[in-house]
Amino acid sequence: MDFNPKIVAFCCYYCAYSAADLAGSLRLQYPPTVRMIEQPCSGKVDIRLLLEAFEDGADGVYVAGCLEGDCHFLKGNIRAKKRVNAAKKILDKIGIGGERLEMFNLSGSMGPRFAEIATEMTNRILELGPSPLRQARQAEGENREEEASK
Amino acid sequence: MIVAEAKPLEEILDSLKGMSKVLVAGCGGCVAVCLAGGEKEVGIMASALRMKRELAGEPLVTVEETLTRQCDPEYVKELGKKLDGVDCILSMACGVGVQFLAEHYPDMWVVPALNTKFAGATIEHGLWEERCGLCGECVLAQTGGVCPVIRCAKSLLNGPCGGSQNGKCEVKPNACAWQLIYDRMKSLGRLEQLVEVAEAKDWSKSRDGGPRQVVREDVKIDG
Ligand code: SF4
Ligand code: SF4
Repeated sequence: MDFNPKIVAFCCYYCAYSAADLAGSLRLQYPPTVRMIEQPCSGKVDIRLLLEAFEDGADGVYVAGCLEGDCHFLKGNIRAKKRVNAAKKILDKIGIGGERLEMFNLSGSMGPRFAEIATEMTNRILELGPSPLRQARQAEGENREEEASK
Repeated sequence: MIVAEAKPLEEILDSLKGMSKVLVAGCGGCVAVCLAGGEKEVGIMASALRMKRELAGEPLVTVEETLTRQCDPEYVKELGKKLDGVDCILSMACGVGVQFLAEHYPDMWVVPALNTKFAGATIEHGLWEERCGLCGECVLAQTGGVCPVIRCAKSLLNGPCGGSQNGKCEVKPNACAWQLIYDRMKSLGRLEQLVEVAEAKDWSKSRDGGPRQVVREDVKIDG
């Protein structure tokens, strides 16, 4: 099966978002699998947002915040990390798998690292395959088609 | 506030077996403050349940509604508008809210999403501790504002017991309540108050003989 992963990246405006900009200016290549959502701080991300990204069809999700100790709001990235860890546990219990969610830290000047993270996460998701939810939905759709053609 | 925490997801899923449309009802009171059953937690719970059920091939439809409080009839009434086609209400309030919903909606199956733990306070963000055992006749004036009923592992009214060691309780690793009482009375110059022996407490005013009531004729509206 042709698998084109859908990955959602919640990016802090002060670091990852600027790093993405820089990666662009540097003309660095990174996979087009990543859909970025700008956040005022990685600490804006809460568990509900992370779960709903998966529910809406993401195969992988990551949060990218400033380097630890460098958050513009002091502890937003530390809090984001805690929430990511809590959401991972929920994803494990549900059967989606916590390894589909990750927290990354980088600074606004780390354009190459931004591209590297996008590649790293894409490779991880390619290895894991489509989200179980996406698979279930596909199977359900095929079943329905079969029923209709009967 | 009443402090509660989420039940394990498996237990909640089990209580929702066979249900296809569930109203996840949050409460904006105590359980919102202790981050167990407010609007945000309702969203997380509903999303988790939907995904888990979809993966199991038994999709679940959820309706999310967070009431100002689940322990007041005027707010509970509002839920009536949301019950179209709903098989079950999953209440994310404390045990009071769950029961109040069940009482007001006699035809509806109502199940709890939380375990109600205690009457307590926020020690720090993410840490809550019990402070009151709701005994019905408060003795805090005799004990310097430290509750012996709930904070002493043996609920001693004339403590400490012989097991108080270096300020720690012999039963649990927390501070000995009677050490706290002694220290506070001492610093306030009220040690002599502790010489008085507390008489046996009237436990009939506590959890005994069915639900207790508070009646206030002066604030009643009807009758
Ligand atoms: S003495 Fe009774 S009412 Fe007072 S704090 Fe302790 S348990 Fe609560
Ligand atoms: S050590 Fe203190 S708190 Fe513990 S049971 Fe004895 S008197 Fe109560």
